[in-house]
Amino acid sequence: MNRLGVGGWAILVVAALFFGTPLVLTAAFSFWEGGDRYGFEVYGLLWNSPKLFEAMALSVELSIATVAALIVLMVPAVICMNLFAPKLRPLFEFIATLPFVVPAIALVAGLSALITGPEWLIGTPFYLVIPYFFIALPYAYRSIDVGLRSIDLATLTEAGQSLGANLGQIILMVVLPSLRSALVGSALLTLAVVFGEFTFANVLLFHTYSVYINEIGQHEVTAAAALSAASFLLTWIAMLGVLIAGGGKTGPSGVR
Amino acid sequence: MKAPIAWLFIGAFLLVSAIFLVAPTAMLAVQAVIGDDGLTLEYVQTLGSYRYVKAFEHSLYLSVLSATVGVIAGALIAFAMLKPGAPRWLRSVVTSFAAVAANFAGVPLAFAFISTVGTLGLLTSMLKHIGVDLYAMGFSLFSIPGLTLVYSYFQIPLMVIIIIPAFEAMQPAWREAAENLGATGGQYWRMVGLPVLAPSLLSGWILLFGSAFSAYATAYALTSGNISLVTTEISAVLSGNVSSEPQVGAALSVGMIVVMVLVLAASQMLARRASRWTVKQ
Repeated sequence: MNRLGVGGWAILVVAALFFGTPLVLTAAFSFWEGGDRYGFEVYGLLWNSPKLFEAMALSVELSIATVAALIVLMVPAVICMNLFAPKLRPLFEFIATLPFVVPAIALVAGLSALITGPEWLIGTPFYLVIPYFFIALPYAYRSIDVGLRSIDLATLTEAGQSLGANLGQIILMVVLPSLRSALVGSALLTLAVVFGEFTFANVLLFHTYSVYINEIGQHEVTAAAALSAASFLLTWIAMLGVLIAGGGKTGPSGVR
Repeated sequence: MKAPIAWLFIGAFLLVSAIFLVAPTAMLAVQAVIGDDGLTLEYVQTLGSYRYVKAFEHSLYLSVLSATVGVIAGALIAFAMLKPGAPRWLRSVVTSFAAVAANFAGVPLAFAFISTVGTLGLLTSMLKHIGVDLYAMGFSLFSIPGLTLVYSYFQIPLMVIIIIPAFEAMQPAWREAAENLGATGGQYWRMVGLPVLAPSLLSGWILLFGSAFSAYATAYALTSGNISLVTTEISAVLSGNVSSEPQVGAALSVGMIVVMVLVLAASQMLARRASRWTVKQ
């Protein structure tokens, strides 16, 4: 412990203050009722706000739908690419990198310029699942691809075939179980990121959790503080899950 | 092996990506140069107007500043926690907190800082009590330095996550060799440590730059028109808050993509250089 030295401890204490202070004070601020009064007033207000619960429910539904879209649309495609069409890898890499290069606000500009109908598609909040799919794509693709490369896919497939399994059985019983930690990790990260997403929802005018926080923050700033502290806890829970699932590896994401 | 179903999966994924990701991006490039009477550079030229030059300046300045703060602070924290002799628990606490904080961004982050050092914030009023008036001293949360402070909250942890592998790849043997040859700690860092870490620090800086440059939610919730950034200017065009045509939004978006492509190209060049130092195991 002595080799950490005064300098080492000084760095860590300053960091702990910088990162701890806003969390503690945000939680404390949510109890402020003006002047010297503190209490639970704002929590009562939030508890009786149906709009909050609607917004939360929508964000939860969108997160789950996005995870489902990744599992149905991306995971099988990446597995099949690895199995049958490794030549397409550069194309997949390009698609998975594009959402990094095209900032969310630029993608939403492009989407609203190009996709102007039909109403059943763009009129429902579930339209957001499409851009959210691409927000999650870079790190979900990365972790699935790393997971697939760490197993000997070709040998496993051949072994399965020689035992008489068909493709569906091989994917379900051999490939997916060995991808479990990659799948759970990227699902939880996606849940956390989509739950807090703001850019698309705000521009496309859908009332998600983040949009609600911003709206209520304009006149009830202590309510926004309470909800912000709650989001920190939710992010923490999701990341704990990722850490447990992935054995300590998490990547950066794209809510910003 | 014939597997038509496999091609169905691959095809569906590629089709969705083409329609909703590649085509909208291409649309931006087309929209930026096509006006009512065919090809025009009119919209690209509006990027040269005072308003948008300022927005790009602010965005670049904020990204450079917050990436630099993030790299320095993040590297120092990773260095301190990975020192030999640092307690084991410290490492898992810092890594797991970094994973949370790096993903705690957007609107909640903005309101956490408003509650803390906003004009009514608790820290602001506590300091005022003991005679330190932050806002009278020229500090404002709603300024570039203020935004840098807020961005540091996700930039520093992001850097900690990125840089840990680079620190871990440094062999204790290098340090011992340097010490055997009579090098001081300072000489070791100047002549061995930093040159070895440099490519990772630089590519980390570039990633942080990108994350700040494309950040929208935090800036939107904090600035609300006080400081123009490229992202908030695009959203102002999209929501019709300014009388600009949508083509201007497209031109701004293309400008952002160009910056991001340059940044990514630079980072891949550096990654190739950095791989020289990767220890093969």
